[in-house]
Amino acid sequence: MLRDITLGQYYQTDSVIHRLDPRVKLAGTLLYIISLFFFKNFIAYLIAIVFLATVIKLSHVPFRFMVKGMKAIVFLLLITVVFNLFLTPGEALVTCWKLTITKEGVEMAVTMAVRLTMLIIGSSIMTLTTTPNNLTDGMEKGLRPLKLFHVPVHEVAMMMSIALRFIPILMEETDKIMKAQIARGADFESGNLIRRARAMVPLLVPLFISAFRRANDLAMAMEARCYRGGDGRTKMKPLIYQKRDRIAYLCILLYLVVSIGVGRILL
Amino acid sequence: MGIVRTKELVYEYIRRDEEGNVEGITTAVDHVDLDVAQGEFIAILGHNGSGKSTLAKHINAILNPTEGTVWVDGMDTSEEDKLWDIRQTAGMVFQNPDNQIIGQVVEEDVGFGPENMGIPTKEIWERVEESLKAVGMYEYRKYSPNKLSGGQKQRVSIAGVLAMHPKCIVLDEPTAMLDPSGRKEVIRAVRGLNQVEGVTVILITHYMEEIIHADRVFVMDEGKIAMEGTPREIFSQVEKLKNLRLDVPQVTLLAYELQKKGIPLPKGILTTKELADALMGVK
Repeated sequence: MLRDITLGQYYQTDSVIHRLDPRVKLAGTLLYIISLFFFKNFIAYLIAIVFLATVIKLSHVPFRFMVKGMKAIVFLLLITVVFNLFLTPGEALVTCWKLTITKEGVEMAVTMAVRLTMLIIGSSIMTLTTTPNNLTDGMEKGLRPLKLFHVPVHEVAMMMSIALRFIPILMEETDKIMKAQIARGADFESGNLIRRARAMVPLLVPLFISAFRRANDLAMAMEARCYRGGDGRTKMKPLIYQKRDRIAYLCILLYLVVSIGVGRILL
Repeated sequence: MGIVRTKELVYEYIRRDEEGNVEGITTAVDHVDLDVAQGEFIAILGHNGSGKSTLAKHINAILNPTEGTVWVDGMDTSEEDKLWDIRQTAGMVFQNPDNQIIGQVVEEDVGFGPENMGIPTKEIWERVEESLKAVGMYEYRKYSPNKLSGGQKQRVSIAGVLAMHPKCIVLDEPTAMLDPSGRKEVIRAVRGLNQVEGVTVILITHYMEEIIHADRVFVMDEGKIAMEGTPREIFSQVEKLKNLRLDVPQVTLLAYELQKKGIPLPKGILTTKELADALMGVK
């Protein structure tokens, strides 16, 4: 039940995309997202769609699985479209009461909708094909240059992976405390929003106390096992670029050049 | 000199009020002398608040003595620059299995210690494999720790310490949160380490059954060592143990009560079989 919840929605299967180095996937996703906002015409979008479709095909993740993830943001998408539709100034198409739909507005709304949809599908490929663990590893190594600017990259990555490890434990604990409080007559379900929020207090206080106690224990256990930050640490599963990772980088580069280049030339 | 030695060890918890004034001092460990030889299986016994966990934390240099000295393999634990060598020599397993597993996969957790020590990748894998095999958890190496039972998690924790190749393992009530079958499996793993791998074991517990196989037992009470000896010697003093608020194993208690009623039985019977044999001999 609660203990099976996983963060991000990793889809377990074997594919080229799954096996890629997480750094490639992180960089690729970032470049892909940026590229979406550079496009000025529909041919560029067509190239992006072809690229995206190829990646989806290669990832062996069923397309409906990705669409499922879209459901949660349909509302957000609608708001963006509506705002763009009515609030973009320009040549009026239809006027109804105080609201005006402009030609520019329609164009803007359509591009935004396409962009956002492609952005979300694109980034969901990353989370679907990379385990959270792998992702933090990739971030740690990929962002290492930031250390020069005193960004604690290793510490942040370590915190993320510990947080991921403790999510199911704390979920289970919440469940336990909730049951204990219900057994003593606590009511989490009735009343208006404020009442319900107040009912959460006897749940959150013990949860926080126990989380702090766990953190204390864990810190001691980590120190007892010689943990002293990222310096001088070796990796059990080091990230090393393979041939396929280099090819993937090339493909991403090629995609960038072609899509942005085509967009510019044809304009 | 033994692998772990303490001399005149004193540790005081200082309680302060809100202004930071000293409110009271609790002496958790009070002049303890301990000398553990390499390869021994030591059990430290005591009820809650007897100071046994505080003593354990000194061996791993998590706590530093208020007075006196602790040596681990000849290194003084109050020397700052020896800290990591000490923690490598004397590994520690804690009570709560959930709060000491760091990795999200069993094998990654076992590799955590060696990673911190800067061991080359290839050797980490070798160490992880041999440690997991030593505690019988190799088949579970790809599992998430959340899917394991308490006893299994605790064995993973032991493997995690073992992968650091310590000379000594301190186990601070490793079975307190486990069910009876989990307790048995952990104790079996610990005995295996001691007998097969020759690792010095210091087991802290309040379960009497777990100390039967120890070479030597120390009983702690109010920070002091109240009794010391082999399990047989300890268990033959039932009255004294009762005064220290400790439970005696059922078999030993039964033998003791029978003795009191005038049945001639040897002192300090530890196992059911021993008692049965002894009773067979009684005419």
